[in-house]
Amino acid sequence: MSVLSITDMSIALPSGADRPFAVKDCSYEIAKGEILCVVGESGSGKSMTANALMGLLPEGVTVAKGTAEFGGKNILKVPEIEQRALRGDRIAMIFQEPMTALNPLMRIGEQIAEVFEAHKRHTPSERKARALDLVREVGLPDPEKIIRAYPFQLSGGQRQRAMIAMSLALEPELLIADEPTTALDVTTQAQILKLILDLRERRGMAVMFITHDFGVVAEIADRVIVMRHGEIVERGTATEVLENPQHDYTKRLLEAIPTGLVPQSVAVEKAPALEVRHLKKTYYTGGGLFRPRRDVRAIDDVSLTIAKGEVLGLVGESGSGKSTLGRAVVRLVTPDAGEILVGGTDMAALSENDLRAARHKVQMVFQDPYASLNPRQRVMRALTDGPMAKGVPKDAARARARELMETVGLGADAVDRFPHEFSGGQRQRIGIARALAMDPELIIADEAVSALDVSIQAQVLDLLRDLRRQFDLSILFITHDLRVAAQLCDRIAVMQRGKLVEIGPVSDVFLNPQHEYTQKLLAAVPGGGWGKAAE
Amino acid sequence: MSLWSRFATNRAAVAGLIVLIVVIIIAILAPVMFPKGPWAMVQRPFLAPFGTDGLPLGTDTLGRDVMAGLIYGARVSLLVGLVSTVMALLIGVPLGAVAGFYGGWVDEIAMRFTEFFQTIPNFALAIVLVAILEPSLTSITISIAIVSWPPVARLVRAEVMSVTRREYVDAARLAGLSNLHILTRQVLPNTVSPIIVMASLMVATAILLESSLSFLGLGDPNIMSWGYQIGAARTVIRSAWWLSFFPGVAIVLTVLALNLIGEGLNDALNPHLTRKGKS
Repeated sequence: MSVLSITDMSIALPSGADRPFAVKDCSYEIAKGEILCVVGESGSGKSMTANALMGLLPEGVTVAKGTAEFGGKNILKVPEIEQRALRGDRIAMIFQEPMTALNPLMRIGEQIAEVFEAHKRHTPSERKARALDLVREVGLPDPEKIIRAYPFQLSGGQRQRAMIAMSLALEPELLIADEPTTALDVTTQAQILKLILDLRERRGMAVMFITHDFGVVAEIADRVIVMRHGEIVERGTATEVLENPQHDYTKRLLEAIPTGLVPQSVAVEKAPALEVRHLKKTYYTGGGLFRPRRDVRAIDDVSLTIAKGEVLGLVGESGSGKSTLGRAVVRLVTPDAGEILVGGTDMAALSENDLRAARHKVQMVFQDPYASLNPRQRVMRALTDGPMAKGVPKDAARARARELMETVGLGADAVDRFPHEFSGGQRQRIGIARALAMDPELIIADEAVSALDVSIQAQVLDLLRDLRRQFDLSILFITHDLRVAAQLCDRIAVMQRGKLVEIGPVSDVFLNPQHEYTQKLLAAVPGGGWGKAAE
Repeated sequence: MSLWSRFATNRAAVAGLIVLIVVIIIAILAPVMFPKGPWAMVQRPFLAPFGTDGLPLGTDTLGRDVMAGLIYGARVSLLVGLVSTVMALLIGVPLGAVAGFYGGWVDEIAMRFTEFFQTIPNFALAIVLVAILEPSLTSITISIAIVSWPPVARLVRAEVMSVTRREYVDAARLAGLSNLHILTRQVLPNTVSPIIVMASLMVATAILLESSLSFLGLGDPNIMSWGYQIGAARTVIRSAWWLSFFPGVAIVLTVLALNLIGEGLNDALNPHLTRKGKS
């Protein structure tokens, strides 16, 4: 018995888009109590279907044909009023961004109660009691306090729980979850996934789970649909699809996933490229008349070394101070105490002017491919500005820029184009070329592949591996994704609340983690067990 | 889509641009069309418009051609509008950019200074300045610039602050570029669009300010402007309506045209604000 059955649905994009249909001739069903994962890369149309069901299609996008049967009715055709009654009541949705999906000016309890109010259920006092029950059910700590809290007082994972509580308020038969864990840390993600599994068990509702992450799929899916360019390329039960994929695209996606613990640790015994000694950085916030000053120890007495030609992975959850450490090494952040030795120079102690001259020694590849290139500059400028400031003659810098673009696989002619003409993955390649242009002794890659789709991610990782071999690069690779770290790094350093809790060769850290926190992190990696089995 | 084609989709903005171009051409050709200048007495006073050949808008209290005054007035209005806006940008942009880029006490001082000007009502300050400096085209332009730069400084500061946090600015720092280089080459070019939009609206405000000053008799006595024409005609507004009506229409049309252009530029330069849906 299916809760929702979609037949031959096509969603038309406005003319001028890159393809005529966002989703084409797509049919599938979700049974009661089933978790269906819709997987695909960005632009595959996986979210569009969900938006169509909820009547949330963006302007200009329309359902061209097909039906979606829910509770005996074609919900694509019912009038707006009926659709509104359906939303929240029988179909609920949770979104990717827990930071923006809640009204910042309303207390959590009120927001949940508002759902009842909108559907005219219960008396005000009952609503409050129900809200409290829901908060308790989704496992938020200290429910009495939480319902009186504002969204900004909650962490990302707590907000996502609050969102789930809201969506469960009216006991929907179908829950649509659009990348609900993408913005969360691994451990939080694991908790939320477990919560969704629990709720499914308890309430027997159907879940449509949209994700790009096959690890998550392995963790919770009953059945899987793989989408590409708006078409379903593969469907089946989770085990079928994951272990015996039929379509080439699925195979490629699965291959692209960083899996397998390939201990490639070569004992590196060359001179250190970077030596960090007892580094400290504390941030002070608040501290007004009525508020005590809060200090956050972003880096708390961290010491580590990176040998020449070594890739050190720095992992940790958000707020662990790993990014601050990266930024301190390049001195975008000035540390409070400690030494940062790069090729014998203490970067932490340099004055403004000396620093500018020494900048070229450490370069950075940034996370956001869309924010890290100046939209008004051609690629050539981005690649030559730095070397020219360093004193390289113009012609030499330009020749080198062309050469580097060739090296990162974009072709020398691409230097005359503007950043917006490139895709996210290509921009990240430009970012890498820009870092290489300075002939650095060390490259800091701060979540350099986190914003990319898996297949693109794999390509960029391949590129980094190639470059490293070619130029004998030393890289500090900062990431929250342990699977990515395992693929590229020689050694792994784990940070928690500003402290370095564990550091060692990849194989040791992954197969035999010493610190409790590392063990917790590894256990939380979605599809972790399945990844090891595939090895 | 190019900037122009996006601008052209806004019909009102294109209409505004056409009006402005016509006004500019007329202003440039003024000496050719009326070689005698706006002050020459050509007929007896108080001739009604559309009545006499060669005097389409009639004559004023002293028998001067209203049409000639209107056309020479366009020169003054446009000149004052443009020059004072450029001056205001020259004060506001560097101050705001430095405040936003360096932050800390530089920002504190720059913003307190800006607020000092913002707390005084614009027009009152302009009157005082013109009165102190003695009315002349230069003093009027300077005082309009002085009262209109604070919003520019605030806007530029906010824009610079947001752009400075982008990663490409960090990348430029890592490339070892100097602060000045980063500010002028990396940051400011990315703040240009809102500045252009604001400037187009400031020209309109400046024209209004100049007219108001002239109306109050604080204009340059040797220069024919729209505000002066209206001010001089206010005593006879019931018997000779055309003396204040036509300059008034000229002001309305020009200011409206500039506002439409400003709005059109805003839509064209910030396409993400207008493009709806499609995530």
